[in-house]
Amino acid sequence: MKVAETSPGFAFEKAPEAEGWNRPPVIEPDGEGELLEVSMGPHHPSTHGVFRMDVALDGERVIRLKPVFGYLHRNHEQIAETTSYLSMMPYTDRLDYFCSLSNNWAYALAVEKLVGQAVPERAEYIRVILAELTRVQNHASAIGFLIQEMGASGTPLMYAFKEREKILDLFESLTGSRMMCNYMRFGGCRVDTSAAWLEATRKVVAGLPHFIDEYEALLSENEILMARCQGVGVLKPELAVNAGITGPMLRASGVNYDIRRVDHYGIYDRFKFRVPLGEHGDIYDRYMVRVLEMRESIKILEQALKEIPSGPVMDAKAKIRGFRPKPGEAYGRIEAPKGELGFYLISDGGNGPYRFRVRPPSLINLTVLEDMCLGHNVADVVLIFGSVDIVLGEVDR
Amino acid sequence: MKTVEQIKAAIEAAVPGAGVTIVTNPSPSAQHSLLLNPSQAIAVANFLREDEELALDFLSNVTGVDYLDKEVAEKVKVTKQVAKTVDGVEQTIEETVEETRKHLEPGHLEAVYHLFSMRKKHGPVVLRMRTVNRTDKVELPSFTPIWRSAEFQEREIFDLYGIVFAGHPDLRRLLMWPEFKDHPMRKDYVEPDDFEYEPTAHDSVMARAKSHEAAGEQASLSSAEAAR
Repeated sequence: MKVAETSPGFAFEKAPEAEGWNRPPVIEPDGEGELLEVSMGPHHPSTHGVFRMDVALDGERVIRLKPVFGYLHRNHEQIAETTSYLSMMPYTDRLDYFCSLSNNWAYALAVEKLVGQAVPERAEYIRVILAELTRVQNHASAIGFLIQEMGASGTPLMYAFKEREKILDLFESLTGSRMMCNYMRFGGCRVDTSAAWLEATRKVVAGLPHFIDEYEALLSENEILMARCQGVGVLKPELAVNAGITGPMLRASGVNYDIRRVDHYGIYDRFKFRVPLGEHGDIYDRYMVRVLEMRESIKILEQALKEIPSGPVMDAKAKIRGFRPKPGEAYGRIEAPKGELGFYLISDGGNGPYRFRVRPPSLINLTVLEDMCLGHNVADVVLIFGSVDIVLGEVDR
Repeated sequence: MKTVEQIKAAIEAAVPGAGVTIVTNPSPSAQHSLLLNPSQAIAVANFLREDEELALDFLSNVTGVDYLDKEVAEKVKVTKQVAKTVDGVEQTIEETVEETRKHLEPGHLEAVYHLFSMRKKHGPVVLRMRTVNRTDKVELPSFTPIWRSAEFQEREIFDLYGIVFAGHPDLRRLLMWPEFKDHPMRKDYVEPDDFEYEPTAHDSVMARAKSHEAAGEQASLSSAEAAR
């Protein structure tokens, strides 16, 4: 079998043909503009890190686009095969470094499935509180970056970061670190929260609706934002499902699939919240879904902070020393802020995993980047890419 | 949600000669998987996606796993004819002896697929496919034409494990650079002495490279040490 190779000048070659493949439409140059191949990145500020896109342009119009990965590749999965289960926990912080607590939870969940470990009530509540705080700060800064890429230099991003700072302060006082939290353990959480911490969290959560109102007043009906976002980068629901898109991007296309609702992992069946859905699947819907998800997260936070029981945060039967799961495998997944974050583990009875796999939502959500960008101007590529909301630490692993 | 046995029965009813076997998972997660015959895998995958009751429209996770050649030691009871002196008379007696026999179980590469249904909101259904060996027969059919979410993930497995997915429309390395030669996630992977592929003047690098040379490995090692 012939293996394709990358070559410069792909813009001038014919698109790959495959029968029946759900592939992006082929756009032929119309001969009006100049045919150009542009390499965007890897150090372009709008690529959120080190990511490159090879874009073929017909004048201003994108006719082909190829993402290039691997600039931040460090073989995270192989590191796992050389360490123990517990010492892999801090590494998961570095996957999506905006949402380290969600990553911790996903990994802990997968290991708990592998060994059949129960989690105490209070730890489950703390996990929900931390995961939803993470979601709020991730969505706020994702929107901030999106608007930044639209040309609103700084202001909305700083509004988002002001709020993110308060949440990171909470993380710091609980876990000792702002971003690399390394907080969850198999069978609970590392330390208990104090009453003062819960009080401080209530205070921050009470301030969040005001922040979102202010944010929305600033942005939602802004004429430039609407002109740049509405009808741009449309993703059809059929393609979104087929391409495995998850998270706010999938729901913006109108597919009702939230793993908190489907799997009821943790204690999510106890909370009342709605799943916001988009109608058109364009950038504006993705923006709006994120705003509404923040509002729903606040509802969950309020309920969890009200109901949190007292008790231990670690299961008494949880094994910490000599942790060797019996041979077998498990796939655990959660609804991370960016989509479905899953961990697939195979144990051969040793003290480290035989196989450790991360299902990265950021990477898989980029599958449809070319489909969304085709036919749009090159300035919109930056915007469409921003609306996917990725972190390169998770894309390249 | 159907059990694995029911799914297996449904597949065998729809795709004659599918050759599906159940791989049990002894861990508490109890996520048992179905081992597919690569030659029938596309038909089975199409059935799983189109079937009204299963409707597995969402391929979530695609993974590679590497299993090395394994030496299995087995205790076998062997009957032997032994010459023995019983009561001063030499006789031939049959005797049963336990013997340890070793045989080599060939290694293979495996692709694992986790399927869910967005319409019916159930899952996971775990599929596996195995290559014949780890060296030259490493071809498996690609699921990218059926579920596009496999596009990047199969490229990643091709890159890191070296499984060649037949029918993948754009099979290139995903994370490593195109000129890279090996497959870093394989269990027997040895990292190169120098990623740049150019000799450097750095002494320790040169000494280490010499020590890895196939011919006279030990001799060159000691000479490198002597030189130091």
